[in-house]
Amino acid sequence: MAGLKIDGVTRRFGEFEALKQVTLEIGNGEFVAVLGPSGCGKTTLLRAIAGFEKISEGSITVGGAEVSGPGRHVPPEARNVGIVFQNYALWPHMSVAENVGYALKVAKVPRAERGRRVQEALDLVDLGAMGERRPANLSGGQRQRVALARCLVATPSLVLFDEPLANLDVHLRAAMEAEFADFHKRTGTTIVYITHDQAEAVALADRIAVMDHGRLIQFATPQELYARPANAMVAHFIANGIVLPATVLGEEQAGKVLVDVLGEQVVMDCPPGTGPRPAGVCLRPADLRLADSGGIGVAVKRAVYRGGGFRIEGHPVLRPDLEIGFDLPDPARLAAGEVARLAITGGWVLPAGQE
Amino acid sequence: MLILMVAAVVLLLSVLPMARLMWELVAPQSGTAAQSLTKALSAGSTWTATWNSLQTGVAGTVLAMVLGTTTALIVSLTDVRGRGVFVFLYVIPLLIAPQVTALAWLQLFGPASPFLKLIGMAPPLGSRNPLYSPGGIILLLGVQYGPMAFLMVRAALRRLPRELVEAALSGGASRFTVLRTIILPLITPALIGAAALVFVSCVGNFGIPAFLGIPANYLVLPTLIYQKLAGAGPAVLTEVTILSIVISLIAMAGIVAQDFLSRRRDYRITTTSLPPEPFGLGRWRILVEAGLAALILAVLVLPLTGLTLTSMITAIGRKVVLSELTLANYGFILTEHAATPRAFVNSFGLSLAAALVAVMIAVPLGYMIAWQRNRWTRALNLSIELPYALPGVVLAIASLLLFLKPIPVLGIQIYNTIWIILFAYCARFLVLALRPTIVGYQQIDRALEEAAQVAGAGLMTRLRTIIFPLVAPATLAGGCLIFLTALSELTVSALLWSSGSETIGVVIFSFEQGGDSAFASAVSVMTVIATVALMLATNLFARRLPNGVLPWRD
Repeated sequence: MAGLKIDGVTRRFGEFEALKQVTLEIGNGEFVAVLGPSGCGKTTLLRAIAGFEKISEGSITVGGAEVSGPGRHVPPEARNVGIVFQNYALWPHMSVAENVGYALKVAKVPRAERGRRVQEALDLVDLGAMGERRPANLSGGQRQRVALARCLVATPSLVLFDEPLANLDVHLRAAMEAEFADFHKRTGTTIVYITHDQAEAVALADRIAVMDHGRLIQFATPQELYARPANAMVAHFIANGIVLPATVLGEEQAGKVLVDVLGEQVVMDCPPGTGPRPAGVCLRPADLRLADSGGIGVAVKRAVYRGGGFRIEGHPVLRPDLEIGFDLPDPARLAAGEVARLAITGGWVLPAGQE
Repeated sequence: MLILMVAAVVLLLSVLPMARLMWELVAPQSGTAAQSLTKALSAGSTWTATWNSLQTGVAGTVLAMVLGTTTALIVSLTDVRGRGVFVFLYVIPLLIAPQVTALAWLQLFGPASPFLKLIGMAPPLGSRNPLYSPGGIILLLGVQYGPMAFLMVRAALRRLPRELVEAALSGGASRFTVLRTIILPLITPALIGAAALVFVSCVGNFGIPAFLGIPANYLVLPTLIYQKLAGAGPAVLTEVTILSIVISLIAMAGIVAQDFLSRRRDYRITTTSLPPEPFGLGRWRILVEAGLAALILAVLVLPLTGLTLTSMITAIGRKVVLSELTLANYGFILTEHAATPRAFVNSFGLSLAAALVAVMIAVPLGYMIAWQRNRWTRALNLSIELPYALPGVVLAIASLLLFLKPIPVLGIQIYNTIWIILFAYCARFLVLALRPTIVGYQQIDRALEEAAQVAGAGLMTRLRTIIFPLVAPATLAGGCLIFLTALSELTVSALLWSSGSETIGVVIFSFEQGGDSAFASAVSVMTVIATVALMLATNLFARRLPNGVLPWRD
C-alpha cells in the first residue's frame, strides 16, 4: 500500500494538451474517484499513472518512489500497480486460477506458494471453488470479481479502476458498487477510480477529483463538491445544480453574504473574502421553494413526469436567455405556458473568476 | 530490440530485393543501362508481349469480375441453400495452381480429351485444341481469379448494414432498385479493389499463358521473360530486369487507378450491424441453385475429371475404355522417375519452411503494425505487401540478381540451390501470414496485453504467454494458406530451380512441355488431393478463428 503524488503533470499529443498541470496528492489507503465528462483527460491520467503514457512535464510518485518524471519512465511492468479494466481483460485461454496467478508466475514465485496465494485471493472474492473454470463460463459479476482477485494477488501499491461499471446494466451496477466498497474496506488498498458517472463517484469515494478539458478543477470530498463547487461546471456536473448570474451586494461575514439574484435579495454561503462583484451562484433543490407570490418568475416551457414528481424546465421571466430546471414533487402541478414563482432561500456564491 | 529484429527481417525480405532490381537499372551486370534499355525497348517482342499482357489482363479481369460479382451477389443476398458447400468448392480453383488449372482444361477440350471421347464428342485427331489461344488464356484467367473477386465482394456484402437496405425497401424501392441504387454503389470500393487485385494477378500469371500461350507462340511478359532466361541464362538478366519493370509498372498502374477511383466519392459505412435479410427467390430458387451447381460442374468437376482420366490412361489418342483405366502412370512417376519424388519432398519442405518462417515473423511484425502505430508502420506494411502485389517473375528476377554472386562477407553461394527458392517464397508469401495476423490483432482487446503488463510481464513474456496464444489461430491459418499456395507454385520456381531443387510445379511443367500429359496430370491430381485434404483439415479448427481468415470457409 502506498500513497500517490501527481505533481504538475502535463501530457501533450502534438499541439493538444490532454493533461494540463495536474497536481493531486492521494493518501495511503484512500479511495479517490477521478470524475469528468468524456474527453476530460481522466483516462490519460490513469494511463499515465499506470505507465502506458509518457508524461511531457511534471512527475508521478508512488509510495515515495518517482515512477514518471523528467527523463524517467518506469515501464508499466515494473510499477507494481494493479488495474481493473473496463472489460475485465481476462485472458480467455487461461483458467480463472491461471489468470489470477499470472503475475506470480511472471515473478517466478514457487508453485506451492503461488497456489496458496491464488486460493487466498479467490476466497477473498468468494470464488474459491471456481479456479478451474474458464472466464467464458462465468457471469459478468463473477468476471469482475476474478479481475479484482487478479489485481489483488500481486499486492500492488495501488489499484486503478478504469470505468469498471460502464458496460453493466443498472441492477448489476448497484451490486458491484457495494462489492467495490466492500473490497476497499477489506483490503485497505489505495484506489484511484476513473468514472464519468457522478452518482457512482459520490457513492464510493472518500474524495473526488473533478476534471475538465485536461485540467483538475476541484479535489474535495463529495459533500464539499455538492455544497461548495469551485465553478459552474462542477456545480452542473455534481447533481445537476442550477447556476444563475447574480451580483454580490455586501462584504463576506462569517461565510455569508447578501446577493441579488434576478431581483431577489438572498443571503448565501460564499468563499472567504467575497466582496461586491458580479458572480455566479449555485442553487440546490433545498435552496428553492415554490411560492404563491414574490420570488422570481419562471415561465414553464416543459413539464415531464419522472415518477414521484415533475421535472420542470423553463426560463426566468426577466432573463429569457437563461435556462432553469428543477424538480416539483407530487401532487403539485405545473403546465407548459404557466408562470411559476420560485423563492430562493439560500445558495453558494461561486469563487471569483469562475462563472 | 524487437523493432530492430523485425526491421532487419523486413529489410532483408522485402526492401533488399526491390532495391537490387532498381539498382540494376543504374549499374547493370553487363553493358550500360542505356544499351540494355535500348535493346529491350526496341525489340518488337517486348511490345507484342506487353500488348498481349494488357489484352489478356484486362479481358481476364472483366470475366473474373463478372463471374465473381454475380456469384457473390447471389450467394450473399438471396436465400439459396448450400452456401457453405458452394463457397468451399468455388474457392478451390483459386488454390489449385494455375498450371494445374490450365492442364486440366487442356485435357477437357483437346482432340485427345479422354472425357470428350468417353461421351463421343471428341474433335477429329490433329485438330487444334481451341484453348491454345488468347481466348483460352482469358477464359482460364477468368475461371482462376473469379473466386478472388467473389471473396472480396462477398466480404463487402457481409459488412453491409441491414438498415441501409431496409430503409430503401421501406421507402418503396423494389429489390432490383435497391441493388442498383444502394448495394452496388456501397460496395464500389470493394469492386474496384477486387478488380485491381485480379488485374495484377492476371498480368503476373505465368502458369496459364505458359501452358496455353507458348504452344501457340502467343507470349505475354512473364512467359517472354521465362523464354529469354531459359534460352540464354544469366547473360540476359539486365534485359529481363527491364521487362520485369515493365510488368511492375502495369501492375502498379492497376493499383494506382484503384486508389484514384476509390477516392472520388465517400463510400464510408459508419454503422455496423447484421447483414441484410436474404431476398427470397421463391420459385426461382431451384433454378438459381441449378445455375450455381452448373458453374461448379463447369469450373471444377469437369476439368478435374478430365485431369483424372488423362492421368489414368496409358496411350494418349486411343479409344478410352473405362476398364482400361490404370494407376500405372502414378506408379511410374513415384518409383521410376527420379525427379518427381524429389520434387514432392522439395515442395513439401519449401512450403513448410516458408510457412513456419512467415508465422514466426508475422506475430511480432503484426504486433508492431497493428498495435504500435507510428510513422514507420505504414511504410513497413507497404514494403511487405510489395513482393506479393508485384508479379512473381519480378521477385524471381530480383532474387536472381541478388544471389547470382556469392553473398558478400559470408561467401555462401545460394544461386542454383534450393535456398534461393526458399528466400523468394518467404519474401513473396510473408504477407499471406501477416494479413490474417493483423486481423487477429484488431479483434483482440488491447487491454489483455496491458493487463499482463501491469502484472509485471516484459515484452517477450507477453508475446509468448499472452499474445501468441491469442493470435496463433489466425496466424496459423495464414501459414496454411502459404503452405497451400507454395505447394504447387510455379512462377518463382520456374526461374529459380536447378537440377536437384525441382518443385512440383516445375515437374508438371516439364512433363507437359515434353508432351507427357499423362504424367503431368498424375502429379497434378496428387497435388489437388493434397490441397483439398489440407483445406478440409484446417476447417476442423476453424471455429477458433476470427471470421474471414480461411477464405474457403463461409
